[in-house]
Amino acid sequence: MSLSLSDIDVFYGDAQALDSVSLEVPRGSIVAIIGANGAGKSTLIRTIAGIEKPRRGSIRYNGTDIAGLPSYKVCDLGIGQVAEGRQIFPTLTVVENLQMGSLLPRARGKEKATMEEVFSLFPRLAERRDQLAGTMSGGEQQMLAIGRCLMGQPELIMFDEPSLGLAPAVVQEVFHIIKLLHERGLTVILVEQNVAVSLKLADHAYVLENGRIVMDGSGEALLHDDRVRQAYLGL
Amino acid sequence: MISRLVDGVPRRALILLGLFLALLLVAPLLVDGYILSILILVLYFAYTGQAWNVMMGFAGQLSLGHSLYVGVAAYTAAALYVHFGIGPWAGVWLAILISVACGLFIGFLAFRFGISGVYFALLTIAFAEFTRVGFDHFDWVNGSGGFFLPVTQYSVNDPLNLRGAPVMFYYILLAITVLAFLFCRWLLTGRIGYYWLAIREEPEAAQTLGINVFRYKMIAVAISAGMTALSGVFFAFYYNNLFPEQIFSMSRSIELILGPIIGGIGSLFGPILGAVVLTVLAESVTEIMHALGYDIPGIKQVFYGLCLLVVIIYLPNGIWPPLRKRLGLGDHS
Repeated sequence: MSLSLSDIDVFYGDAQALDSVSLEVPRGSIVAIIGANGAGKSTLIRTIAGIEKPRRGSIRYNGTDIAGLPSYKVCDLGIGQVAEGRQIFPTLTVVENLQMGSLLPRARGKEKATMEEVFSLFPRLAERRDQLAGTMSGGEQQMLAIGRCLMGQPELIMFDEPSLGLAPAVVQEVFHIIKLLHERGLTVILVEQNVAVSLKLADHAYVLENGRIVMDGSGEALLHDDRVRQAYLGL
Repeated sequence: MISRLVDGVPRRALILLGLFLALLLVAPLLVDGYILSILILVLYFAYTGQAWNVMMGFAGQLSLGHSLYVGVAAYTAAALYVHFGIGPWAGVWLAILISVACGLFIGFLAFRFGISGVYFALLTIAFAEFTRVGFDHFDWVNGSGGFFLPVTQYSVNDPLNLRGAPVMFYYILLAITVLAFLFCRWLLTGRIGYYWLAIREEPEAAQTLGINVFRYKMIAVAISAGMTALSGVFFAFYYNNLFPEQIFSMSRSIELILGPIIGGIGSLFGPILGAVVLTVLAESVTEIMHALGYDIPGIKQVFYGLCLLVVIIYLPNGIWPPLRKRLGLGDHS
């Protein structure tokens, strides 16, 4: 067992964003979370990351309760995230952006080796190592955001809308990378608007509606579920 | 540790910096008392600007209330000296401590409760303002009547008590400014420099990268307040008089930050260049107007305003960043 949430409630002021959310993310799996805008997907990720504090419930990671832990401690336990909208440092070069990813205590001293790995995973980044990140294309910036996250030596990566605003060919590439990382043993939580692709990729998926988990099952099963097909695939 | 200070700095930059420092070292031998007093002002603004820059330029936290740190430190050191005969080099530590404590208190209130940007700036103004009002009624240091240090004849220099001729103040301030410059370079090239950069450029990203945003903002405030305290102590012993209305006033806070803004926020040499340009030009304008027979009160402030206008419109990053590019001095000075 890698990560498990039970009965998580999160509020923004008086508005409830998550309502007794429970889910399991076994080690080495890909778990997809799907849902409409405003369903609470990003809140879920931010809560696991320690950025939002749950009012109730527990989040256990490898046996310890991490609910309410500050985000820098959660990161150092090996839970990385590739946030929505990429959030790279536009005025820094590719290499400097990657170095920013390795500031965590757990990643110190492994900077050089990991950077080589990242460059072999993303040859494009190697070509542009001295280019300012802000001048790269959206797809390249997404690669950089993923690479930077890898620099922190995560065991579990949370992707928040990794395909947002990218060209279809690039989306393919991003999903290919996610699959590759999973094959290398990383645990993945994938939040996506692109429901069809993420369900195909996922071992297990949860459907979030108005802050509640309304359905879950294997990716394959949800892909063929009539309600999911109607609501999220437009079929 | 020493190599970190010069790593990646082009040779020409080091040579130019050396020449500049040499010029500052011999300057008192070449100029008269009036020019010397202007040079002291330049160094004062350069140093204080550098201190403010740690918070704004490095960590991205806008303070418009740095007169608070100048003021409490100035009063602390002056009161210790006048009431207890404790010299400034001993008093400065308490002054720094109190300033840092003020900074941490404001920082804690702001950062713990998610106050940032303009609201943080307003908070810093508020604290400076009500400290001013408080000191107006603080009888131990003579309230709004002003607090005065005994003025001695400038025949013997007593650097241990900061009593002496302007030239002594000049060299002490020069040493402090140089040390501050090196210290800031050291900060920027270390891990903390990267933390600050991340916090300044993308606070959200900094958090997702596992940076303890709260702690490093607090450290920036503490360092900035502590450094600013030193200029407060210097101010007290150089001018020998302190008035709450002046030292805590908001226009003082603004005056302190004009140098770094015009020189280039976030750069190391920007605050120094900004202080040189502003002070020298402002004094020249006053002098020229005087020579022409016009004595217009407030002309200096009008001039500051014009400078700010021109720089913001034409050089939004300040004078230094484009200048260092033209001089071929790299991007990180």
